[in-house]
Amino acid sequence: MNARITRRTLLLSALPGAAMAQGFAGLGAGSGDFAVPQPGTGFAFPRDHGPHPDFRIEWWYVTANLAMPDGTPCGLQWTLFRSALATGGGAGWATPQAWLGHAAVTTPERHMAAERLARGGIGQAGVTAAPFDAWIDDWRMSGPSLSAVRLQAATPDFAYDLRLATDRPFVPQGEDGYSVKSAEGQASNYYSQPFYAADGTVTLDGETSRVTGRAWLDREWSSSPLARTQTGWDWFSLHLDTGEKVMGFRLRDTGGAPYTSATWITPDGTPTPYGDGAFSAEPLETAQVAGRDIPVRWRVRLSDRGLDAEVAAINDAAWMDLGFPYWEGPVGIGGSHDGIGYLEMTGYD
Amino acid sequence: MTRAALQALLSHWVRAPFQLLTLLIGLATATALWSGVQAINAEARKSYDQAASGIGAGAEAVLTAEGGVAQATFIRLRRAGWPVTPVLEGQIDTPAGPLRLLGLDAFTLPAGELPGDAGGTGTGEGAAPALDFITPPGQLLVAPATEEDLAGTDLPPRVAAQGVPPGTAYADLGIAQRLLDRDDVGRLLVLGPPAIGAPPLADLAPELSSAAPDAQADLGRLTDSFHLNLTAFGLLSFAVGLFIVRGAIGLAFEQRRQMFRTLRALGLSCARLLSLLTAELLILALVAGAMGVALGWLMASLLIPDVAATLRGLYGARVPGALTLSPSWWLSGLAIAVLGTAVAAAASLWRTAAMPLLAPAQPRAWARASESALRLQGAAALACLAVAGIAWGGFDGLVAGFVLLGALLVAAALLLPVALHLVLGGLARTARGPRSEWFWADTRQQLPGLGLALMALLLALSTNIGVGTMVSSFRLTFAGWLDQRLAAELYVRADSDAQGDEIRAYLAPRTRAILPIRSVEADLAGVAGEIVGVADHPTYSENWPLVAAAPDVWPRVNAGRAVLVNEQFARRTGRWPGDTVALPGWDAPIAGVYSDYGNPRPQAMVGLDRFAIMFPDAPDRQFGLRLDPGDVADLRADILDRFGLPPDQVTDQASVKALSLSVFDRTFTVTAALNVLTLGVAGLAILTSLLTIATMRQPQLAPVWALGLTRTRLARLEVLRALMLAGLTFLAAIPVGLVLAWVLLAVINVEAFGWRLPMHLFPLDWLRLLALSALAAALAAALPARRLSRTPPAELLKVFAHER
Amino acid sequence: MPTPLLSVSNLSKSFPGADGPVPVLRGVGFELGAGHTLALTGESGSGKSTLLHVVGGLDTPDEGRVVLDGTDVGALDDAGRARLRRETVSVVFQQFNLIPSLDVGRNIAFQARLAGRHDPDWAARLAERLGLTAHLAKYPEQLSGGQQQRVAIGRTLAARPRLVLADEPTGNLDETTGAQVLELMLGLVAETGAALLCVTHSADLASRMERRLHLAGGRIA
Repeated sequence: MNARITRRTLLLSALPGAAMAQGFAGLGAGSGDFAVPQPGTGFAFPRDHGPHPDFRIEWWYVTANLAMPDGTPCGLQWTLFRSALATGGGAGWATPQAWLGHAAVTTPERHMAAERLARGGIGQAGVTAAPFDAWIDDWRMSGPSLSAVRLQAATPDFAYDLRLATDRPFVPQGEDGYSVKSAEGQASNYYSQPFYAADGTVTLDGETSRVTGRAWLDREWSSSPLARTQTGWDWFSLHLDTGEKVMGFRLRDTGGAPYTSATWITPDGTPTPYGDGAFSAEPLETAQVAGRDIPVRWRVRLSDRGLDAEVAAINDAAWMDLGFPYWEGPVGIGGSHDGIGYLEMTGYD
Repeated sequence: MTRAALQALLSHWVRAPFQLLTLLIGLATATALWSGVQAINAEARKSYDQAASGIGAGAEAVLTAEGGVAQATFIRLRRAGWPVTPVLEGQIDTPAGPLRLLGLDAFTLPAGELPGDAGGTGTGEGAAPALDFITPPGQLLVAPATEEDLAGTDLPPRVAAQGVPPGTAYADLGIAQRLLDRDDVGRLLVLGPPAIGAPPLADLAPELSSAAPDAQADLGRLTDSFHLNLTAFGLLSFAVGLFIVRGAIGLAFEQRRQMFRTLRALGLSCARLLSLLTAELLILALVAGAMGVALGWLMASLLIPDVAATLRGLYGARVPGALTLSPSWWLSGLAIAVLGTAVAAAASLWRTAAMPLLAPAQPRAWARASESALRLQGAAALACLAVAGIAWGGFDGLVAGFVLLGALLVAAALLLPVALHLVLGGLARTARGPRSEWFWADTRQQLPGLGLALMALLLALSTNIGVGTMVSSFRLTFAGWLDQRLAAELYVRADSDAQGDEIRAYLAPRTRAILPIRSVEADLAGVAGEIVGVADHPTYSENWPLVAAAPDVWPRVNAGRAVLVNEQFARRTGRWPGDTVALPGWDAPIAGVYSDYGNPRPQAMVGLDRFAIMFPDAPDRQFGLRLDPGDVADLRADILDRFGLPPDQVTDQASVKALSLSVFDRTFTVTAALNVLTLGVAGLAILTSLLTIATMRQPQLAPVWALGLTRTRLARLEVLRALMLAGLTFLAAIPVGLVLAWVLLAVINVEAFGWRLPMHLFPLDWLRLLALSALAAALAAALPARRLSRTPPAELLKVFAHER
Repeated sequence: MPTPLLSVSNLSKSFPGADGPVPVLRGVGFELGAGHTLALTGESGSGKSTLLHVVGGLDTPDEGRVVLDGTDVGALDDAGRARLRRETVSVVFQQFNLIPSLDVGRNIAFQARLAGRHDPDWAARLAERLGLTAHLAKYPEQLSGGQQQRVAIGRTLAARPRLVLADEPTGNLDETTGAQVLELMLGLVAETGAALLCVTHSADLASRMERRLHLAGGRIA
């Protein structure tokens, strides 16, 4: 018998990454005994801020576009993934719930990333809905509620400590939170909080700086979000200077044209979902990053809203060189609209 | 042309199959001994690497707590930003013997630490086995051999994985807790620096004590000596084997000189001839190398169980009793065979290249021992002695010790022909009568031809004497030491302190004395070791084997004013009576040093009263009993019966001694086996040298025969000559062997183990060895002598005939 | 007529060949008186060397008798023939006569000492006569071919054998050296009073002997 009980296997089993899905059979595979997202379910808060262990994968995904006192842009990422190796299962050490944390800091010159791995059941990682608390080791997002949280991560090389707050509602993506990912109907439950104001400190290279700006939370859970032929995605979350927010993604497919989806969010939090084809993103320029050609300048369009903008990486080298590598970093927006945002690109192996 | 020339060259081997056999056997044997030893070493090293690098080798520190680190502490440290991972270690008894179980948390373990980690892509079967590993019943990752041993047991399913040390199983921590019936997480490995802003460990968990990651890393250093020893033996055997190869190749070239000349005369260029000969040698080397590697594998498979036992006995290192060899090992075996052939053939190839086209094709019947060559050899020997001197005087350490050893041996080997030349010259002067005069002169003239074989014999004999003396001295010392040290008649280990008290109360009226034996793991001058409490009783003060002592040593120790340390600690740290050693809470004066063979770790002995104050929680359930030897059996049965202890917890002195000595003897089984093999190869070297010489001997013997000595007489003289040379070589081997033994006992042992042993002489062993080498020489000489006595006169007469 | 020193009668010998035994000697008979010289001539393969070997106790005949100094050589065992070689006959071969491990002086004395009649004065005189005095401490391989043959002659005569056997003693030497060596040998043999049986295919050498026997096809022609 081949012993594949390896850390890497565990890591990969634990990886919930539709976000980093390419080639990972678990995500392309059927959902087995796991629950499957159903349209029209809607959300119930704060319960849905907590974990959904019946689904295979789930994440709490925060990106922040900040600025230092001198105006230098600074992006932060804080992500907690949950991955169930099986449905149901034991308690304590025997739990099938695996957790993975990613944290990163990106400035125009620097990009640093780290990861943490833990199992649920022994207190090392987990999420509670009320009061809201999500943690893996010393990385933590804790509120009284998810509308006012403290976001912390630290490694031997960098650390950050932010307060995120908003009075706006959580925004369902797709049709009332049912976000379709392929023509074959793969989907996830998906809502966002794109309106956080962020304020705190970042420690980098031994120096601690005050930072302020905006943050965006994505909450998503599913069991098999990708079609087998989908190889990766390019995901945009954009803060327009006019106050609107745009979420748009493009799922690349070996079988043909990419599948796109987008949501236009007005400043009061009203979403308008757009199905396949309305949103488009085309690479304008690539850069050599970690030995790969990564698109770092894009033209994104949502004609229905008059959006035709150029999105460019603030730091081309925002490569997440972790157990499962991908690109994630802050971007600047110009063209029909100005603004800032985050870009995530997977499957560029 | 090439094809025809090659045919002509190879036809020689068809005509001289025995020569071919000699060459192949010599090379194969040399390769076998070398690669066999390499295989053993590689296997053992792999085990240490696995043991050492497997879990926690890269750790910065190890955190421990009495009773194991609580699970909550582990989580608390993780959540405070400390990169710690738990290791829960325990032992489970299986029908196949005790199994060392390591419970690990694959989530927090650094990448690559869990065996089989490399190269897993995780596609496809990814999730399922990982789930099976962490959810009950879990899985045990074990070495393939261990998997076989555990077949049929009711343990969790076993999964074979390369890289797990033998006799060990890795399991998920939760599964290990279940199997070991524990709820703590054992110890914590600190894998790196903490996150920025993490509180100090002392604030987070003051109950933890931190230590440098220990033990297993030391295994490599400790066992180095053993492997260096084996390597030296392997190299020696290889060198001895090469003497044979050199002889066979030299002969094959000499006998084909006429053919070379003819081929050259027929238009084969010198370069082509040389390349053909090189190709021929390469083919032979590869064939013999393959044979040798196979033999080496066989040898290693036969020896490795003993090696494994040795390493377990000496160092507690676990090595599997079976071989798994990599392709690189096979390749290196072939490479060494080719290299050896190249070394052995270099001179012959060179001579062929330098041979003038019209050189006399007559095989050079011999080369008269030239004084200048001998002088050169003597100078080389002196240079080697100088190297030995420098290694001894100028450097410390095991490697220097072995350099000293090697240089001495090479010097001795180089000096041998010089010495024999002088001795035979002296003997010739004492000769009366033409026959003895001729005998000595002729023997002296054989030295260039037999020199290599005799040097091989010298190396084999002196190694035998040296290692034999070392082992026997060690054994004698060890046995005496056991007698001193195991002074109590009966040793008892209770299951608990309470039971210990009970037993003591019961035994008090039934024995002359009860001597408690208590010990704790503790740091000695910052090095992990052991502290033992010693009872105030004549048993110790009268028997304990001290190698150095201050005045009033026992009263001071018993009063708790001073301590004893073991010899290895004293030698490694240079602390002797008059110095002090830092024990937990006490800078203790050292009053004496005792020998402590077979223990790789530092140890100190403290008076029992002071020990009880220093370590109130140390277990107190072991003791030695003094009673009349005649009562031992009855009392032992009584204790076993009354307190229901397992038999191995109540042991009498005699069985402990027997066990210790059997462990000791097993330890040196491999050494003995290699000794015998080396001697065998040396015997083979003599045989092939004599056979080689025999064919060139006719021109030397025919005139003597023609002048009136019978063939039988000549044959007898040939045997006598071989015996005499072997005898002289043996005489030379005795001082060399004794020097070797001294180096082993006084230099190597001190470096490797930390103890110095007195040397004892065992002349009876020498006599046996003399008989053995005489037998080898006689057997080797018998075959060519027998052939000589049956040579038809016409054959001898050809020497003088025109046709020649 | 007094009993001859050497009496050979009806001597036959064959060697194993590829197609059965090859006869080399076929009923050879002759006599040689003490102090006389005899040349044995013939083509290569005529059997003359074999005849000499049998006479010298170096080889044994298949048939026939060899009586040397009253001893039936054919009746001797290996040890007996060895003693014969030590004490009664001495051979000078074409080449490789000498014992390589002994120096010239010891080579000359060797057979005499084996025979128990070593006379240092005589040996020294021989060496001087043979022009070897300067070479006594040398080893055979350090000598020229002519010098080596002179040592062989010296060794033979130092032992004072009754019969000297020579097998092409100058065959390996150039003409001048050969003539010198031959002169020395004949002169010294005559001085010691030994008989000489010399195998040669040189008519010149043969003409220096008192008698000549020609061997052809294993028979005396």
